[in-house]
Amino acid sequence: MLEVSGIIQIFGGVTALDAVSFSVAKGDITGVIGPNGAGKTTLFNIISGIYRQTAGTVLLEGKNVTGFPPERLARLAMVRTFQNIELFGGMTVLENVMVGMHTKSSSGLLACALKIPWSVSEERRIREGAAKWLEFTGILDLSDHAADSLSFGKGRLLEIARALAALPRIILMDEPAAGLNSQETLALAQLIKRIRDLGITVVLVEHDMELVMDICDRIVVLNLGRKLAEGTPREIQESPEVIAAYLGDDD
Amino acid sequence: MKRDLLLFAGFSLLVMMAPQFFRGSYLMNVLVFVGINTMLAIALNLLLGYAGQISLGHAGFFGLGAYVSGIMTTTFSVNPWVAMPVAAIVVGGLAFLIGFPILKLKGHYLAMATLGLGIIFYITFNETYEWTGGPSGLSEIPNLQVGGIIFNSDVKNFYLIWGVTLAVMLFALNLANSRVGRALRAVHDSEIAAQVLGVNARLLKVQIFALSAIICSLAGSLYAHTMTFISPTSFGFNFSIELLTMVVIGGLGSIYGSFLGAALLTLLPEILRGANDYDIVIYGGLLVVMVMYMPGGLVRGISALYRKFVKQKPETGHA
Repeated sequence: MLEVSGIIQIFGGVTALDAVSFSVAKGDITGVIGPNGAGKTTLFNIISGIYRQTAGTVLLEGKNVTGFPPERLARLAMVRTFQNIELFGGMTVLENVMVGMHTKSSSGLLACALKIPWSVSEERRIREGAAKWLEFTGILDLSDHAADSLSFGKGRLLEIARALAALPRIILMDEPAAGLNSQETLALAQLIKRIRDLGITVVLVEHDMELVMDICDRIVVLNLGRKLAEGTPREIQESPEVIAAYLGDDD
Repeated sequence: MKRDLLLFAGFSLLVMMAPQFFRGSYLMNVLVFVGINTMLAIALNLLLGYAGQISLGHAGFFGLGAYVSGIMTTTFSVNPWVAMPVAAIVVGGLAFLIGFPILKLKGHYLAMATLGLGIIFYITFNETYEWTGGPSGLSEIPNLQVGGIIFNSDVKNFYLIWGVTLAVMLFALNLANSRVGRALRAVHDSEIAAQVLGVNARLLKVQIFALSAIICSLAGSLYAHTMTFISPTSFGFNFSIELLTMVVIGGLGSIYGSFLGAALLTLLPEILRGANDYDIVIYGGLLVVMVMYMPGGLVRGISALYRKFVKQKPETGHA
């Protein structure tokens, strides 16, 4: 599904990522973990086209998408969410999700402004589709609220609903549990599994180990810009290198 | 949806009835200007209020539309109905080309660049006097004409200008509540999130900049053909700022707000005429007070007052 190879990122002499390679299987939930400063978010920003890496390639469903801007990746059915949720605060909850359907609709500026009949029916389809994803994430009752009036937890659900509205085949989530309480985190775990059950490949960066061990099929561990280990949650928990990186060396 | 249409129909009806009350008075001419300024404020609001991109040079596009139309119809004797769309295409195309490099800039830098652009236009109107007549202006621009009707009186011009203004308003209202309008507001709130969802923010900003310039050009052409005389002073930096004030006072991201802002700022100097030398002081003071107590603009300020005293319902969603 997603193949990352030899990613090197140098920020003004500091090597943030050093030849990181891994691949994500279709339909899996893959977790990227590592201590602070390991380069997880940098890696995400490269995969999602926000940063341009110094070297290395990204393949999405076998297609070389290295250096593609985010809007092109969205058209190739890859979307992402952000650690500090990026909502459209001045818009309603429903409108936020309606923007999510941008790539799945096509009315241009003139068609919209002149209300060409097919753009009117497309508008109805967008509205109904958006409501469906609000229902999926359980916040349909908040449809008409302003997005900036939501709690952080609900905002997170909105951001996920908005990403799903783009009908992605792969979704990248940057620390989806950050800022959530334990109850919200449990509900999030269920939601992510339900997203996987829709056939959507999930890649997430996360600090919450319990969540990662619970839901991930595979885990990639980064430390100081290098890949330290890769495997199933059980293999990772038993890996001496990972234990050393997280808890410090004994000798 | 139904309510929006009803509101627009009601507004249009009021506008069309206005000449019944003001026919023959000096105000009739001022109301023609309210129409032109409403178009311009809507054009700037689409860019600033929806897409979140500032322009301090919009008077330049207004002037360019006026001059292209004016020069074509005087020097080259082209029919005004042909000159207007040609001007719109020329100005829109130019804005599209300028838009790509200039809209890479953000915030204060974009403000400075568009300010420079407006000044370049202004200097061009002044200096290319073989074409524009320079500071002494361009006169004897023909009126528009349909069949036997020549648009040469205040009442006829009122219907002409307001017919177009209402069309521009409807166009903008439709656009605002559509896929493209939402994408614009999304770019405004979080450009990165919009891009991640597949919105080509760069292209969209350039498109809306060009559309905004086209509306300004149309307003400029209509201005030239109704006034029959144009000179550079109408298209300078001051007027760009006045447009910005209309948009902000009326309410960013509100089409009816643009009308209120344009109406207020166009009528206020006429109303304050009686105050002689103090008019400019009162004018400035009123603006300061309004921005302080209605920071969301007239439309949101008025609807907040309405809720406070009539409905007692908290605000939700997008106004």
